[in-house]
Order: sequence, then C-alpha cells, then structure tokens
Amino acid sequence: MSSITLDSKVPSGPLAEKWDKHRFDMKLVNPANKRKYTVIVVGSGLAGGAAAASLAELGYNVKCFCFQDSPRRAHSIAAQGGINAAKNYQNDGDSVFRLFYDTIKGGDFRSREANVYRLAQVSVNIIDQCVAQGVPFAREYGGLLDNRSFGGAQVSRTFYARGQTGQQLLLGAYSALSRQIGLGNVEMYPRTEMLDLVLIDGHAKGIVVRDLITGEISSHAGDAVALGTGGYGRVFYLSTNAMGCNVTAAYRAHKRGALFANPCYTQIHPTCIPVAGEHQSKLTLMSESLRNDGRVWAPKKKGDNRPANQIPEDERDYYLERKYPSFGNLAPRDISSRSAKEACDDGRGVGEFGRGVYLDFSDAINRLGKNLIKERYGNLFDMYERITAENPYEVPMRIYPASHYTMGGLWVDYNLMSNLPGLHVIGEANFSDHGANRLGASALMQGLADGYFVLPYTIADYLARVGAQNISTDRQEFKDAEQQAREKTQKLLSINGSRTAESFHRELGHIVWENCGMARNETGLKKALQMIPELREQFWRDLKVAGVENSLNQSLESAGRVADFMEFAELLCQDALHREESCGGHFREEYQTDEGEAVRNDDKFTYVAAWEHTGYGKTAELHKEKLEFENVKLATRSYK
Amino acid sequence: MNITLHVWRQKDANDPGAMEVYTAKDVSADSSFLEMLDMVNEDLAQKGIDPIHFDHDCREGICGMCSLVINGVPHGPQAATTACQLHMRSFKDGDAIYIEPFRARAFPVLKDTIVDRTAFDRIMQAGGFISVNTGGAPDANAIPIPKTAADKAMDAAACIGCGACVAACKNGSAMLFVGAKVTQFANLPQGQSEKAARAKAMVAQMDLEGFGNCSNYSECEAVCPKEIKVEVIARMNREFLGATVKSSS
Ligand SMILES: Cc1cc2nc3c(=O)[nH]c(=O)nc-3n(C[C@H](O)[C@H](O)[C@H](O)COP(=O)(O)OP(=O)(O)OC[C@H]3O[C@@H](n4cnc5c(N)ncnc54)[C@H](O)[C@@H]3O)c2cc1C
Ligand code: FES
Repeated sequence: MSSITLDSKVPSGPLAEKWDKHRFDMKLVNPANKRKYTVIVVGSGLAGGAAAASLAELGYNVKCFCFQDSPRRAHSIAAQGGINAAKNYQNDGDSVFRLFYDTIKGGDFRSREANVYRLAQVSVNIIDQCVAQGVPFAREYGGLLDNRSFGGAQVSRTFYARGQTGQQLLLGAYSALSRQIGLGNVEMYPRTEMLDLVLIDGHAKGIVVRDLITGEISSHAGDAVALGTGGYGRVFYLSTNAMGCNVTAAYRAHKRGALFANPCYTQIHPTCIPVAGEHQSKLTLMSESLRNDGRVWAPKKKGDNRPANQIPEDERDYYLERKYPSFGNLAPRDISSRSAKEACDDGRGVGEFGRGVYLDFSDAINRLGKNLIKERYGNLFDMYERITAENPYEVPMRIYPASHYTMGGLWVDYNLMSNLPGLHVIGEANFSDHGANRLGASALMQGLADGYFVLPYTIADYLARVGAQNISTDRQEFKDAEQQAREKTQKLLSINGSRTAESFHRELGHIVWENCGMARNETGLKKALQMIPELREQFWRDLKVAGVENSLNQSLESAGRVADFMEFAELLCQDALHREESCGGHFREEYQTDEGEAVRNDDKFTYVAAWEHTGYGKTAELHKEKLEFENVKLATRSYK
Repeated sequence: MNITLHVWRQKDANDPGAMEVYTAKDVSADSSFLEMLDMVNEDLAQKGIDPIHFDHDCREGICGMCSLVINGVPHGPQAATTACQLHMRSFKDGDAIYIEPFRARAFPVLKDTIVDRTAFDRIMQAGGFISVNTGGAPDANAIPIPKTAADKAMDAAACIGCGACVAACKNGSAMLFVGAKVTQFANLPQGQSEKAARAKAMVAQMDLEGFGNCSNYSECEAVCPKEIKVEVIARMNREFLGATVKSSS
C-alpha cells in the first residue's frame, strides 16, 4: 500500500515524435513466437473487438469475452453521431495539432498531453481502416467522404454513417473479429461475465468468469489481460447506456489492486429525451449532431406552459446562443447540460415535470426544407416520435441532460497498462484521453485507436519482457478466486429479503444523481457518502434474488452488478468531494464565477486522482499523477 | 391500463415449456413494452417467482438483442419497430397479449423467451467480412464511392442481426440476414474481390445451421425493424449463382 508510484511512462522528446520514438524503443515479440502467448480480451465493443481482432491478426492466441449473446451487440453499437479524425478533408484548417488541442481544451486541461496527441495522430488511420473494412460512411455526391461538425470544435471533422455510426464501426470490428474466430485465432465466449481478475505474483494472468447460460463459474489463464468493458454511467441508474453496462469488471480489478482514476469525471449529455415517469428504465440520447441544425431554447417567463408554437419569438430565450455567441448551440456538453439545468432550476423548464428544454428545428426546416432535415436526421426524428408520440417536424423536441459517458476509469500508463503489470485497459473503461470532459465523436475514436493502433503494439512490450509462461488454471490463485466468486453468488441468492436488485439500483441512482450529478457541493456529497453505505448495508440484508445459481438467471446477474455499483458509488462521491475545483463534467457549485462558469484550481489540482482500494467500506487511498503541460498553456476554457 | 399476458415459460433448453398467464396492472401508456415487463417481473420477484426472462440491452432498437414474438408477430404490431421501442400506447386497456420466443430450428430456446442465435455469428465467421488486416489501408478517400452506391450499402448494413426475419419465415430462412451482408459488401469496391467466395461460404454455413429455404412470402421484410428489403435476397442469389457458375467452369 501507498508504496505505489505512478509512472506514466510518457516517452521523452518532442510531442510529435513521442509515439514514433516509443514504437522504436519498445520490445517486439518475434512473429514466430507470438502464437506462444495468449491474450485475454474482456469486451467486444469498439475497443475490445478491435483489439481482439488485431492481436489475432498479429499471431497471438486470443480469448475474447462479452456478456451479450453476440460480440456485435456491445454497447458501442448505440453510438449515433460520428467519429472524429484529423483528416482535414474539408480544408477548413484542421490538423493533428488542432484535434489534439481541442481535445485537451475540451477536457478542461485534465488529460495527459502525450496520450491525447497520439490519439489525434492515429485518428487518421482509423478512418482508412474502417473504409477498407467496408464501413459505409456518408459520402458527398462526388463520392468523397462527408463530414459534419460536433460540439466543442469549429472545424468539420466528424465522419458518420447516418445516425448509426457506432453500429457501423462496431460491425466493422465485429467482421474483423469474426474472420479471426473463423480462422481459429480467437476463441469467443459470449454470454460470459467476468467476475474477477487473477493475479500471479502480482501480474494479471487470468480471469474468473460465469457462464450466463449454465451458471458455471470457471477460470481462464493467459499471458496478459485487456479490459475493454465500457463505462460506469449506470451508476446513476437512468442513463443512455444499455441495461447491461456495468462497472463490475473494472471494479473487481480495482479490488485486486488496480487504481481507479478520476471517477468523478462523468459526462451528462445535454440532448436526451426527458424522463416520462416512474416506470422509466433508461433514457434515450438524441444525437449531438442535431445541434448542428436545432436551436436550443427555454421560455423567458417562469412557469410558461403554453405549447411551444404559441410562445412568440421574443419570449424565447435561446440561452446557448445568448451566452456563448461564438459556439452557440455547439457549446461543449458539460456547458450545455448545465445551462439546461439552470433554466429548469429557474422554473423555466418545459414538459410535464418541468425538466426539459426545447430543441427546435423550425428555422432549419424553413431554411433547408423538410426533406434535407429528414435525410440528415430522419431516423432520430422517428425514434423521438416512437418514444414520445410527438412529431418533431411540427413541434420542437423536448430534451434534458442524462448520464451518458464516463471519462474516469482504471488508471493506465502510456502503454495502456494499469499499475498491475499485465493488466491493460482500453476504451471507455480506462481514464486516459478525455480529461474532465469528452468532446462529441471522440469516444469512438479513442476506442478504435486503443484497439486497432495502440494496444497491439504496446502489449508486445510487456509480453516480450516477461516471456510466455503457459500458466495453468489449476494454480491455487485461480481456485481461490473461483471459490470467492461462488461464495459471493451464493450469498446474493441466500439473503432472501424483500427488495429486488433493480429497486436498490433505482434508489442508489437517485442518490448519486441528486448529489453527484450535473452540479455538486460539499453538503450534498457528504450526505451521499452517508446514504450510500446505509443503502449498501440494507442491500446485503434485504435483497431478494429469485431463481437458482446454476441456470440462466437475470436477477442474479443484475444483483452482482448492483452490488459493485453500491461500492463504486462511494468512490465516485469521495473523488468528487476531494476535488475542490470545477473542471469539465465535474462542477462544484462552490467554485464558479459570478456568471456561473467553472473555476479550476490549477495550483492544487493539476493531477490525476488515482484511488487505491483499501478494503470493503474503507476510504480509498489517493495517489497523484501530476499532469505536465509542455505544449499547451493552461487557460480558462472559453466558448463565448 | 390493465393487461392480461400469456407468456411462454420454459425453464431451460430441455424443458417442454408452456404458456402461463399473468396480469399487468396500472400500466402507463408512456411506458415501453419492456418496461411493462419489468413491472410484471418486479411483482413476480416479490412473490418469489422466477421473473420472465427476455433478452434486451440497448432498449433503443439498435443492438438487436430483444427478441419477442408479440401477438404472433416478431417485435409486435408496430412496423419498423423493435420490441424495446414499442410503447404501451399501441395497446388498450383490457387487451390480452401473447408473448413468445423467436422460434426457428436454428434458434433453440435457452429459457423462456431467450433463444440461442449464435448461428448468425457462425455465418458471419464463414464469410461476413472483407479480408483486411489492421494497418496498411490506403487513404480513405483514395477510392471515391458514388453516393448512391454508398447509400445502398448503408441501407443493407442497417441490419441489427435480431433474427426477426427468421422467426417470421415459415421455413425459418436466414436469407434476409445473409442477403443484407452480401449486398452491403457487393455495393462497395472494397468488397468486390471476395464477393463470390463470400456469398458461397455464407450460404453454405447458413444451410449447415439448419435455416430453411426462401419461398418468396416476404414475411421477413414485413417484420424487419430496419426495413431491409427482399431485394437483398435477389442480390445474394445473383452473387451465389455467379460463385457457383465460376467454380464449376
Ligand atoms: C447512446 C450513446 C451514443 C453515443 N454516441 C457516440 C458518438 O456519436 N460518438 C462517440 O465518439 N461516442 C459516442 N458514445 C460513446 C461511445 O459509444 C462509447 O464510449 C464507446 O463505444 C465505448 O466502447 P467500449 O469498447 O469501450 O465499450 P462497450 O462498447 O460498452 O463494450 C463493452 C464490452 O465489454 C463487455 N463487458 C462489460 N462488462 C463485462 C463483464 N463483466 N464481463 C464480460 N464482458 C463484459 C460487454 O459485453 C461489451 O462487449 C455514445 C454512447 C452512448 C451510450
Ligand atoms: S434491446 Fe437493443 S434492439 Fe431492442
């Protein structure tokens, strides 16, 4: 404990040359030796799927796991809007450096320069790769690739495939993965959930899993483990994430010693369909791309409940255009979300519960015609209508912010390896590239960058250094971890109380949303830190899980995930309480300007907060990685 | 509103299974179909009854996980809509709703309404890809692709792999699913060199998995939540024919 020193392993030398130099300096695994190594990849989303396919292509044996029935269903499938790349195809002044700078600034100067620069560099390869795989990106009439703009940027660098970009990118990765499965280079384990990480002499050498069909708990050994298990946005219960998204894999690795970095950096997306009632199980995102043509407004008058069409122009407050004239409706997510909250807190919210603002397309429809709008956003408009029974071509959409993405995650160095040797973390599950706020269309970019173009190189450095070990799951470390997983499962089933995991999750989500959501303050966070352990205690006393251990049991799956959220939520609030500044998605009400803008405290907080687990219910221990800025000047983010 | 549910319950793959009756009380018209099932399940769990198992994940119509036959129709009554996107306002107070799994020889039931669709993955593994390794791809704009071709490829690529097409077909055919992938790649220059081999390999695997033939009833198109058109089947047949002609000559 506390002997941990966080070495980011950022290579020396000029920013633009670091990655090249590092690739040269890293050890390689001889092609003929690659098949002696087994890499375990947990997750088949953009990060995991791309990594599993690419590692197998290189010659490694790969075992890939996901909890859905097919790798194609990972939650990356749901991304709508697009993926960034510094191609500068539009000739509008984009460059690797500009994408780097926008990302650092968008992240409110809380990310690692070298990682972000590398991300911007490889972004261009991603688009090439995806096109070669047959991803049908949108094109212009001349046959070249089309781009759109996304929040937080003034250039057009977002590539898209209608409103289904994530789907198409994931199907590209899934195709590549399928090819490698067919060739026998990847063993795929769908409907299999990781329950624990297994360490041998401090190195990550395997995992314990539960077969979700038979309920059987078993182990898999390998030479290295990569987690691409996605984000923890469902800690808020209601979110745009899929129902199965969880923190389990990451959190159990955390309990085995992996540091959890910046958990309080969560992203609340400004454009989601508002909550419609108590029955709500998830929230649906309306892609940020809609803000290219939609104008956000709230009534100027409090409690104005006239239908939108009857509120005259001069009684509407286009608050983003008013407050941020140069970025307007394309202000970054954290800022847009908070502004919506302010309007609603001010009593100017719309819709049944007053928690909503308008996203209005009437100007765009008048200017461009309904057909063009339909071509651009037709499927999103249809989705909106299916959910709300309102026609957005005629009445403005109602939107409200919702939990969407998590910038925090397991701490990794420049090689995407955690502090536990052998444990690599990719995609949304790591903390690496987005600082305190992620720009739109940059998560897909990061997932694929990690999976296709970073991990396949960097993992070789680790493997070559330790050598192939051919570890067997007969070892005691595996047997012990399996036994613990079995005991935990049996405990969940044996409580036989009166409340379902789902109902506990709802309550937990409410506590976290109210006290550690879009705006946070000391009093609220302290209250949450008191309520969460109480609820957790109740969970372990009064939980009811139907069904049996050795069968397909969705109640049990859910209970296991909620149990981890119960512990993780405390870490999230602890981090939020300790960070006495406002930055990006972390807005502490105590630290703001008179105009309500975030105020960072660079002297005290220009570091990554990496938390070490110290035991169940105990306060985690803080480790700091100081962030060095050599190429950009820390500035107050301004989108005015 | 109050609804009577008739639901297929089956403990595991070996259990014969049967319909059971439940009631859903005070259902909000704004809730989704799956949220209505959540409510019923909350109730069942309270009573110590194993909840109704159903596959679901994204709940926004894109992952393809949800797979319910509702009143005899895969994904239910609303056109171009997955079960998870169906809302209770499509039903009325006092309705009886029948809920069953996607049934097909190639999709064995695992529990209640959950079926095994890994046959689709194996078809993809047989040929549903363009053989490029990571790295070394030419610049993305090196080969212009006419917008019309790209749009056609995208129309086909919209398939979410849910399997409703198979469940709707009296032969349990997977032609719409396979046709969609074959058509996507056949419309793109990148997919040309392997197009014959791809169609052949995917069709061979499809047959091996026990999917039936197409007898042109177009039930698949009618239930497809992504409105994939039966033209993709014609395209697949064309590619497949081309492949067999080539290999026999
Ligand atoms: C609605 C929505 C829209 C979005 N739109 C955009 C966009 O337009 N542009 C953009 O850049 N980003 C977007 N994002 C963000 C982006 O989609 C995600 O951050 C990204 O796809 C995450 O990819 P991933 O590979 O890290 O994780 P995921 O795709 O979530 O994959 C996680 C994988 O891990 C597996 N897994 C998880 N836990 C376990 C376990 N315990 N055991 C075994 N397997 C496990 C899952 O089965 C899955 O295969 C959007 C996100 C949402 C929710
Ligand atoms: S749950 Fe994803 S498509 Fe229905």
